[in-house]
Amino acid sequence: MRVVVLVKHVPELLSDRALGERGLTVRTSDDSTLNEVDENAVEAALQLAAASDGEVIAVSLGPAIAVDALRRALAMGAGRAVHVTDDAFAGSDVVATARALTAAVRVLDGEAPVDVVLTGLAALDGLGSVVPSLIAAELGWPQLTVVEEVTLEGEALVARRELDGATERWRASTPAVVSVIDTANDPRLPKMKDLLAARGAEVTVLTPADLGLSAAQVGAAGTRTRVVEAARRPEHPGPEIVTDDDGEGGALLARYLIDNDLVGGAR
Amino acid sequence: MSTRGVLVVALGGVRAPVLEAVTLARALGTPAVLSLQPLTDDDVTALGAAGVARALVADLGEARHAAAVSGRAVAAAVEAIGASLVLLPTSFVAKEVAAHASFLLDAGLLIDVAALALDDETGEVVGDKRVFAGTWETRCAVTSPVAVATVRANAVVAAPAGEATTTAVEPLEVDATLPRGLALIGREERPSEGRPALAEAATVVLGGRGTEGDFSAVEELADALGAAIGTTRDCVDEGWQPHDAQVGQTGVTIAPRLYIGAGISGAPHHHGGMQASGTVVAVNLDQDAPLVQIADFAVIGDLQEILPAAAQAIREHLDR
Ligand SMILES: Cc1cc2nc3c(=O)[nH]c(=O)nc-3n(C[C@H](O)[C@H](O)[C@H](O)COP(=O)(O)OP(=O)(O)OC[C@H]3O[C@@H](n4cnc5c(N)ncnc54)[C@H](O)[C@@H]3O)c2cc1C
Ligand SMILES: Nc1ncnc2c1ncn2[C@@H]1O[C@H](COP(=O)(O)O)[C@@H](O)[C@H]1O
Repeated sequence: MRVVVLVKHVPELLSDRALGERGLTVRTSDDSTLNEVDENAVEAALQLAAASDGEVIAVSLGPAIAVDALRRALAMGAGRAVHVTDDAFAGSDVVATARALTAAVRVLDGEAPVDVVLTGLAALDGLGSVVPSLIAAELGWPQLTVVEEVTLEGEALVARRELDGATERWRASTPAVVSVIDTANDPRLPKMKDLLAARGAEVTVLTPADLGLSAAQVGAAGTRTRVVEAARRPEHPGPEIVTDDDGEGGALLARYLIDNDLVGGAR
Repeated sequence: MSTRGVLVVALGGVRAPVLEAVTLARALGTPAVLSLQPLTDDDVTALGAAGVARALVADLGEARHAAAVSGRAVAAAVEAIGASLVLLPTSFVAKEVAAHASFLLDAGLLIDVAALALDDETGEVVGDKRVFAGTWETRCAVTSPVAVATVRANAVVAAPAGEATTTAVEPLEVDATLPRGLALIGREERPSEGRPALAEAATVVLGGRGTEGDFSAVEELADALGAAIGTTRDCVDEGWQPHDAQVGQTGVTIAPRLYIGAGISGAPHHHGGMQASGTVVAVNLDQDAPLVQIADFAVIGDLQEILPAAAQAIREHLDR
């Protein structure tokens, strides 16, 4: 089974995340990391490949430093890394991102058939959760998305998901697109020697020309949205704090809710 | 009079977020509704009161659970009514459907906006969204002729139209064939226990690891307030609450009018899923917990004492 896993390089959750010129996310190698749920995607990819004697190819779209995310995937055990990168990709929205990643999957599929495209639930910077569905739509492949568990049953993939008060089980033949959530597995921790080896590993670079995409189809030119404004919100004024020393905490809480007209409105 | 057709998609019946989206749609153009399941008489009455003159029903059966199929229905409905804006009350499922519709319609995609407007000069649809755990406010314009947007629950208060109308209900033919090789092999709905749905509720009471697995105090306050219940990933991992009660970056994103978090530290993963909430209240033993620091009001003490006492005081207030 040939598995392509999509990994994104995003700002650390705990860093001071910011938007810069043209509404683009500011990224530095110190403050950025492999999108955490994409580690679950890599782990799921490695497990599917192991169960079928297959291979895992990690693909990332992003600026030069996004190669760090690919190196992490390599250290975890991916066999190959593909970096979709070029200045022309800057300013991609979800539509342009999905278009470029789909084109990259098609290039790999042209070398040898790809069976599964694996992704994380969401990029934790934009919280879109749409790239996997956009890719499935463009490829016309079935999707098993937001899944908690995915296993290989014969030639088919079987997955379970829990959404909106229902538990669903789906089966899909390959090729298929799969997105996993953070509780799907426990991503393995790479060993120091694997981290070191990944640092020197070769990474294939793909540009718009390699993907067969024109300048009008990628980056800001290929988007259907435009950031008009991005502004830092004012600092939070800080909480009003009461302590429950004398057992009055509950009553004070009720009083706060009543005084602020927050009681009964939901009924 | 604006002539822009705005399609509101009801994926699971005419629920509160659908009426909120219709309220938004009225301010932008002429609203119509697509339902993926048959409408009840009550649904039709509610839509009429909300000023919806046309409702399309695509009765897809079980196939509606496949995003590729429901996305196809959305695209067909847009064609049928000549809409240029599609609104879906948000959820993970809604985002999947929005993505498929966007692909079929060559439409720009806005995810989880809290406000929508039309640009005076360009006529473009613009949407507002908070990002990076609520530290930034962004505004995005859609540059394509058709726009698809998922809308946060509680972004607006659902209001009836100035004038009620009679809703004409029409069937919509849609090809319900699943993508090749895909099959739904089982679907089980969990009983709702009579509380509002987490993603839609105006008030949410959440318990974290500080409950030590005993959610009775959380439930008592939730019921006094008519609130939904939510939790953190740690409690899901412990098996104390089901997965779809998890609020956060990898769980449900909520933006209720009132968020009450008890025994929750407020880790960034959690914070990212509730940062757009209106009023935030924390109940915690530890004054230095991050959730206390971002709260509007915090009570420092034991949740097992404080929540039942608050519930009692609220019940007394409401009975008066
Ligand atoms: C990839 C990834 C994704 C994640 N996604 C999510 C997500 O979507 N949502 C999410 O919630 N988490 C998520 N997490 C987990 C997150 O990082 C935190 O571990 C989790 O939110 C902490 O849960 P908690 O606040 O319940 O527990 P803790 O952090 O242990 O906090 C418990 C709090 O309860 C207080 N307390 C204890 N006893 C009492 C008492 N009797 N009365 C009052 N207060 C008391 C303590 O002072 C403490 O502040 C994710 C983690 C990872 C790695
Ligand atoms: N630029 C990117 N490069 C590689 N993978 C991506 C990129 N953007 C999104 N993805 C994948 O798609 C998933 C969902 O992303 P999103 O829809 O942006 O929230 C992520 O978890 C990644 O697996």
